[in-house]
Amino acid sequence: MLYDIFIDPFVQMYDMPDFFLQVLWEGFVAGILYALIALGFVLIFKASGVFNFAQGIMVVFAGLTLVGLNENGIPAYLALALTIVAMGVLAYGVERVVMRPLVNQPDIILLMATIGLTYFLIGFGEFVFGGEPKQMITEQLGLPTGSTAIEMGERGLIILQHIDIAAAVIAVIMVTALGIFFNKTRIGRALRAVADDHQAALSVGISLNQIWAIVWFAAGLVALATGIMWGARSDVSFALEIVAFKALPVLILGGFTSIPGAIVGGLIIGFGEKIGELYWGGLVGGGIESWLAYIIALIFLLFRPQGLFGERIIERI
Amino acid sequence: MFYREAGQFKTSYKADQALMPILQDRVGLTVILLIAFVAIPAFANDFFLTSIMIPFLVFSLAAIGLNVLTGFCGQLSLGTGAFMGVGAYAAYKLTTIFPDANVIVMVLLSGIFSAAIGAVFGLPSLRIKGLYLAVTTLAAQFFLEWCFIRIPWLYNYNASGAIEVPHREAFGVVVSGAEATPIVRYFIVLCITVAIAYLMANVLRGRIGRSWMMIRDMDIAAELMGIRPLQTKLMAFAVSSYICGVAGAMMVFFWLNAAEPSSYSISLSFQILFMVILGGLGSLGGAFMGAAFIWILPVFLKFIPGTLGIDVAAETVEHVTFMIVGALIIFFLIVEPHGFARLWQIGKQKLRVWPFPY
Repeated sequence: MLYDIFIDPFVQMYDMPDFFLQVLWEGFVAGILYALIALGFVLIFKASGVFNFAQGIMVVFAGLTLVGLNENGIPAYLALALTIVAMGVLAYGVERVVMRPLVNQPDIILLMATIGLTYFLIGFGEFVFGGEPKQMITEQLGLPTGSTAIEMGERGLIILQHIDIAAAVIAVIMVTALGIFFNKTRIGRALRAVADDHQAALSVGISLNQIWAIVWFAAGLVALATGIMWGARSDVSFALEIVAFKALPVLILGGFTSIPGAIVGGLIIGFGEKIGELYWGGLVGGGIESWLAYIIALIFLLFRPQGLFGERIIERI
Repeated sequence: MFYREAGQFKTSYKADQALMPILQDRVGLTVILLIAFVAIPAFANDFFLTSIMIPFLVFSLAAIGLNVLTGFCGQLSLGTGAFMGVGAYAAYKLTTIFPDANVIVMVLLSGIFSAAIGAVFGLPSLRIKGLYLAVTTLAAQFFLEWCFIRIPWLYNYNASGAIEVPHREAFGVVVSGAEATPIVRYFIVLCITVAIAYLMANVLRGRIGRSWMMIRDMDIAAELMGIRPLQTKLMAFAVSSYICGVAGAMMVFFWLNAAEPSSYSISLSFQILFMVILGGLGSLGGAFMGAAFIWILPVFLKFIPGTLGIDVAAETVEHVTFMIVGALIIFFLIVEPHGFARLWQIGKQKLRVWPFPY
């Protein structure tokens, strides 16, 4: 038993390096996708202190809108543009209808409001586009679909899906773009000011409402990118919502307010989950992917309650 | 005018410390209990009992359980569904291991298992607070759900992977299994819910409840004033999980008859949390009002198209119900973030000063 837990998995990793690398790659891709969802959470939490539970459903909603529009005969790129417009409308609507009346309420009320939003978006998405899973329009959007096998000499080969590589590249581009946006532009600076202190930001003439609408729109764009990438790997359906819960351990691992934290947390969870499932999962009957991420996050949290990159929590009376 | 306590003098400390010192409250509660115990069994049909009253009471009890933890002790939990599941599976195992025992006793005992597991998953709450804690309770939710699927011993190795309630008799009537009549089930559920609600009403205004509220309001200050955070928080987790466990066991034994792991999924946790928030954090009456709203509204919405004579596909109705429920949740949060309990208090104040505006 002890041998199975402590030695055998490592022996396997050494014996079959191609399989191990493949697992690492899978973990990397899953981690990138978790990180993308977590990124949307972080954007909104930073700017408004709202824990946006609806981010997962926004991913599905964005994907559904894109596919749904395309099914109704609108060309892919036009559908993409229209989806971006839809996310903008959604962001403005959320800011106007939900956020503004609820400003300055306790965290838990805002959290509940976003869960209410989740219900609404599920109902609305299914009502408009139907509940059945849909195929993502990968080819029409000009995304690669093939795969490459890399030979490793004697030791087997690794298969890389092109869409996964594209996902990784897009994730890097998005994070860089967001970094530049946050640090170099006027609006980005205003966003950081709001994140730091709402009242101080208001007093120097930053419009909170405008900033929130922008942040929700940015989160909507991140959701759209995530939706496309994720939809290309499986289907676009509301089952994605469950996967989106995985972004939560990523978040607490990285800290609610840190963009690098979301990336690193995503990768840790992605790697940990795949390696754990494939090398240790068999010992307890498999399927441990559903909770392993939470346990990893829980163990990290016991040592660092604010997450890896979160700001230090100082408690006063 | 209608709700005026002026002139109701108390002549002893006992009267002053009573659970309901005001006459109108006592009358109101008596009327509600009379309706629940006499009027509903006498006039309601089976459909009303099985698909409205029994689930409503079960969910009310679960909402009371979560309210103890979130509303009174301030620890946000998203693992309620799983704790209810623990109660259900424990009750199932107990009744199959001890087939001759009274099933109601077994349901009440099963909460103890749930309490133990709840206390274990409450341990991180000592270091982790607020929303971070909410995410860690998701660990409990997903881990326990996985256990319900992967440990065949829990469902006695039957092929379907679901638990089915066995046929049991107590006090000479069939109380569980498919043959139990709705009226019997209703009375059992009602008695357990009322008993636990009464018990909690007293616990919450005593020393234990007050120490929970101190932890909720400011844990460091509470610690400085001599409240032990470890014991207090774990006790809140244990009591909350006990109640949720009993509610979960009642859910399968007296309502659904059979349950599979997906019955206790994350969406159940959210449903209960909605009941607590909409009803009002830190209010027992609110738990009942929240449960009524969240459970009865969708049932009600389902029948609207039929009564209006509009022919709509069942799917569409379901989707629209989702939309309406989501929108109403946001609406009520905006109108009154403190829930129905606060609305009721405002209403009482209006009744007190009527016919004057203030």
